[in-house]
Amino acid sequence: MGRFLPLIWKNALRNRRRSLLTIFSVGLSLCLLGVMMAIYYALYLQETNPAQALRITTRNRVSITLPMPAFYLDRILRTPGVAEAMPWQWFGGSYKDERDPDNFFPRFGVDPKKAFRIFSEMKMPEDQIKAFQSERRACIVGKAVAAKHGFKTGDRITITGDIYPMNLEVTVRGIYESELGSDSLFFDWEYVREALPAGRRDFLSSISILADSPESVPRIINAIDDQFRNATVQTRTETERAFALGFLNQLGNIKLILLSVCGAVTFTLMLVSANTMAMSVRERVREVGILKTLGFKPHQILTIILSEAALIAWLGGTLGFLLASGLCLMIRSGPAFSAEISTLSVKPPVAAMLMVVAIFVAVGSSLVPALAAARMPILDALRRTD
Amino acid sequence: MDIPVAYNLRNLAVRKGTTIMTALGIALTVAVLLATMALLEGLQTLFSSSGDPLHVLVMRKGSTAELTSVVTRQVYQDVRFKQGIARSRSGDPLVSQEIVTVVNLPSVDNPDGTNVTLRGLSMAGLEMRDQIRIESGRWFSPGRAELVVGKSIARRFPDAQIGRKIRLARTTWEVVGVMDAGTSAANSEVFADINQMAADYNREEALSSLLLKAVDEVSAAALINDLESDRRLNVTAQSEKDYFKMQTSSGDIFRYLGLFVSVIMAVGSAFAAMNTMYAAVARRTKEIGTLRVLGFSRISIMASFLIEALLLALLGGLLGILLVLPLNGATTGIGSITFSEVAFSFRVTPKIMMMGVLFAMVMGAMGGLLPAGNAARKEILTALREI
Repeated sequence: MGRFLPLIWKNALRNRRRSLLTIFSVGLSLCLLGVMMAIYYALYLQETNPAQALRITTRNRVSITLPMPAFYLDRILRTPGVAEAMPWQWFGGSYKDERDPDNFFPRFGVDPKKAFRIFSEMKMPEDQIKAFQSERRACIVGKAVAAKHGFKTGDRITITGDIYPMNLEVTVRGIYESELGSDSLFFDWEYVREALPAGRRDFLSSISILADSPESVPRIINAIDDQFRNATVQTRTETERAFALGFLNQLGNIKLILLSVCGAVTFTLMLVSANTMAMSVRERVREVGILKTLGFKPHQILTIILSEAALIAWLGGTLGFLLASGLCLMIRSGPAFSAEISTLSVKPPVAAMLMVVAIFVAVGSSLVPALAAARMPILDALRRTD
Repeated sequence: MDIPVAYNLRNLAVRKGTTIMTALGIALTVAVLLATMALLEGLQTLFSSSGDPLHVLVMRKGSTAELTSVVTRQVYQDVRFKQGIARSRSGDPLVSQEIVTVVNLPSVDNPDGTNVTLRGLSMAGLEMRDQIRIESGRWFSPGRAELVVGKSIARRFPDAQIGRKIRLARTTWEVVGVMDAGTSAANSEVFADINQMAADYNREEALSSLLLKAVDEVSAAALINDLESDRRLNVTAQSEKDYFKMQTSSGDIFRYLGLFVSVIMAVGSAFAAMNTMYAAVARRTKEIGTLRVLGFSRISIMASFLIEALLLALLGGLLGILLVLPLNGATTGIGSITFSEVAFSFRVTPKIMMMGVLFAMVMGAMGGLLPAGNAARKEILTALREI
C-alpha cells in the first residue's frame, strides 16, 4: 500500500478547494464533538483526582439548605477510617453589586488548622498558611479569583451576608493554587459561628471528611449514614465528587444534552464526509476505468479511495483537535460550574477517540461509493462522460 | 431575463443523493438551534405568565431570591398596616408570611434527587393566589403537617403523590392534594401551612419573605416605593411579576450552549453547502456556456445558482423544523436560579420556525455566493469546450 501513497496524496490535492472545504467542515464538526466529549469525559469518566478521591461530604438528608447539629462532627471524627473532618460551610452572600453575576465566587467557612490537610491538593506558601491559621478574620483566595478581582495579600474584603445575619469582613492572608480550580474564598468558620445568635450557632450545613485510604471510603459513607438513621436529623453522605456532580445535575439533564449534541454532530459529520467522497468518486469513474486497464485490482482501487477519505478525515481531525483545545481554554476562563469544567482540556483518551471517530466515519461513509467504483466493469467506467 | 426556478428544482431533483445529504446536514444544524430556542421560549412563557401585577414581594435588602432572604415577624407586623393593601374576605390585610426552602426529592430524570421549592404560607397567601385551584385531593388544613404539590411536581416526582409521606426537617408530612396553577411557576412548588412549617424547621421568627396584594396597580407602585424607602424595615420590595421575569435568566447557560453549538455547526454546514454548489457548478460548466449563448446574462446565471443554493437550504430548514416539531409540548425541568427545579414545556412557535428557515437561508447564502460568482465568471468559449 505504501507505494500508492503519492497517488493518494495527488488525488487529495487534485481538487484543492473541495479538499480544503471538506477539511474545514469536518474539522468544525470534530471540534464541537471534541469539546462535548471532553466535557463528558471530565464529568463522568475521568478518574477522580487522588486527593479528592479521599474526600467525603455529609449534609442533611432533606436538603443542603437545612443544617444538622454541630456535634455530628465529633461523632464523625470518631468513625473508624476517618482521618480528619471539618465544617465546610457555604456562606453565600454578595460581593459588591449582587446583580452582576461576574461578582460571584464561592465562599466557604472551614477550619484553617485542618483545611490544608483535607484539601491536600491546595498549595500555598508555609508563612501564608501560618498567617491564615493565626488570625480569626483572615481569609485565603484562589489564584483565579485573585486575578479576576485583583485581590492581593493584605486586602480587606467585605461580603454582604444573606443566609447569615452578618457581613463577612476579612483580610486576605494568602493566595492558594490548586489543580482542581482556584476560584473560591476560604475563611475561618469560627469567626462567623461566634457572631451568630445562640440558637443558630451549633449547626453545620456540610462537613468535609478525609478518609485514611480510598478503600475505606464506601465503608465510611455507610457507617456515617447508619449512625444517624434513627436520629431526628438524618444525614446524606457521599463522595465529594458525587456531591459536586449532584449540583451540576440540578441544572438539567446534562448527560442527555451532551449525548444528543454529540449524536447530531456525528451524524452531520457522516453526511458531509459521505457527500464529498461520493462527489469526488463520481467525477473519477473514468479514471478508475483507466487504472483498471493498467492492471489495478478492485481491492487496490478500494484501498486508494478509502485512504484518501481517511487522509482528509485525519487532517480534519487534527484541525478539530486544535480548535477544540482552544475552545476548552476559553471555557475554562468562563463561569466555573465545577472543578471539572474549570480545568477542562482535551485529554489524550478524548483526542484518540476523536481521531478514531473521524477516520471511522470517513471510511465508513465512503465505503458505498468506493465499492461501487471498484466493482464497476471497465467498459462501463470508460463509457462514462461525467 | 431570468432563468426559470424550475430549472433549479429539476437540477436538485436529479442529484437527489447529494441534495438530500446536504439538506440533512443543514436540517440538523437548524434543529439544534430550534431546540434551544424552543426551550428558552418555554421558559420565558412560564415566567412571564407567573406572578400577579398586584402582588408585591418583600424580601430582605440585598437578597435576590426568597431562598436566601430573611424577614422577621416584626417586619410583618409593621408591613400589615401600610396603606393600599387589599383586604381579605374576613377584612384583614392580605399579607402572607412565607417561608421558602428546598427539599431534595428523587425525580424521574434524576433518581439521586432534585431540589424542589417548598413554600410555607398563610391562609391569606392562598386567598391571594386565587388563580390556583385544586386538581385532586384537597388543600392542607392549618395546623396539620400536610402538603399540597404542584401538578408538575406530581408528574415528575414519584414521592409526591397523594397519600405519600415525606420527611421534612423533624416531622413526617403527608401529601393531601395536587394543585393546578395554570401555566405559572407554582406548578413546580410544594405548599404547606406556614405555622406548621415554622415549627418543624425551628424558624418561628425568621420568615423568608412577605407577599402582599395591593388594591390596584397605582397603590402597588406606591407600596413598593413606601417599603423600599422605609429604612427601619430594611427590606426590598418588587412586583411579583418582575421577580419572575428576572428568573428567565435561569436559561442563560442553555442559551449560550445552544448558540455556541449551532453557530459552529452552521459554519461547518455552510462549507458543506459550498462544496455541493461548487460541484454543481463544475458539472454544469457546459450548460452554463449554453445558457450564455442563449443570451442569459452573467447576473442571471449568478442569481440562478444562488437561488439553487437557497432552495437547497430551504429544504434543509423545513426538514429541521420537522425534526424539532415532536419536541413541541414535551415537558422538561431545569434548575432555576432559585436553586430548585422548574418544569416547563418546549414551545415551537411559528416565530421560531421562521427563525429556523431564516437561519437555513443564511447558511445557503454563505455557501452559495462564491460558487455562484464562480459560475458567472466562466467564459463562454472555455465553458463550451469542457467535456
